[in-house]
Amino acid sequence: MTPIGELHAAMADLTGDGPEKPEKREKSEAGVTGGREAPSMYPVESEEDLLTVRHAVRAATIRAGFGIVDQTRVVTAASELARNAYIHGGGGTLTIEHPAGPDRTGLRLVVRDKGPGIADLETALTDGYTTGAGLGHGLGGARRLMDEFEVDTTEGRGTTVVATRWASR
Amino acid sequence: MTVPASTGVPILRLGDVLVTGLLNELDDKTAVAFADELTERISSDGARGVLIDISRLEIIDSYVARMLMELTTMSRLLGARVIVAGMQPPVAITLVELGLQLTGVETALNAEQGLTALGWHRSPQAPEGVLRDAHR
Ligand SMILES: Nc1ncnc2c1ncn2[C@@H]1O[C@H](COP(=O)(O)OP(=O)(O)O)[C@@H](O)[C@H]1O
Ligand SMILES: [Mg+2]
Repeated sequence: MTPIGELHAAMADLTGDGPEKPEKREKSEAGVTGGREAPSMYPVESEEDLLTVRHAVRAATIRAGFGIVDQTRVVTAASELARNAYIHGGGGTLTIEHPAGPDRTGLRLVVRDKGPGIADLETALTDGYTTGAGLGHGLGGARRLMDEFEVDTTEGRGTTVVATRWASR
Repeated sequence: MTVPASTGVPILRLGDVLVTGLLNELDDKTAVAFADELTERISSDGARGVLIDISRLEIIDSYVARMLMELTTMSRLLGARVIVAGMQPPVAITLVELGLQLTGVETALNAEQGLTALGWHRSPQAPEGVLRDAHR
């Protein structure tokens, strides 16, 4: 076995499977019944919660029929927004909603915290701006990864980000 | 040859090159532990090159991106060249949209090309297609 083969075999042992095929990870059921899914709320109070949120959002994107690139966009945006609520907002919640219009469906992330709020939103959305140790690309990056993006923030009261991605057809 | 790392990811040694990878379920603590452990190994093994296979990583957010950039910088300061190999196309697309170029991080299409770039060559008697077979 080549060293790379050995490495891949070891990694497969650790994950208990072969190379990951994200699309296949979960069989879609809710998506095909035609029924609207109820929103689901997840706490964002710890690093483990961040992982749980990523799983839940991934599963929801698959059920919503998103392709692999859109899945990756939405899960990455969720990871950025949930981490912001956890790090900057002192913890909060992420809710997954399932918006549907007459001719389109999508996924909406509502990320809410009761932290200090964002004093200057325009600046916070600028790439490279951070008040912490991050890269400062989370907020602006998440906005680019989603189709619709709204931030409602009040100093001293908290921040709510609502971000929607529509399934392309 | 396989040394189990505390992060669960094996770090293999091939002469003066270390070969390792990141698994999909990468939480923040594991990411930091991985960077620490790899930096230790570079120093203790006197490694000149490091190959990090990220083909199993389904997302790279700005936290993991920062870890990869910092790891690359630390390794360079220790005298080792890092190559990150096998990024999934959706991950690359998303990184660009996040505005993160992984500045300073060298990349390769897959682990084999990364190893070749680091100067390691498969021994001539190794059968073809071993890489695929290893995927089971
Ligand atoms: N939920 C939040 N509560 C308070 N401040 C926030 C929140 N989200 C973002 N911010 C502010 O906006 C800045 C930029 O956020 P972001 O682009 O995600 O970069 P980073 O998280 O790497 O600092 C943060 O440094 C922080 O000051
Ligand atoms: Mg952030």
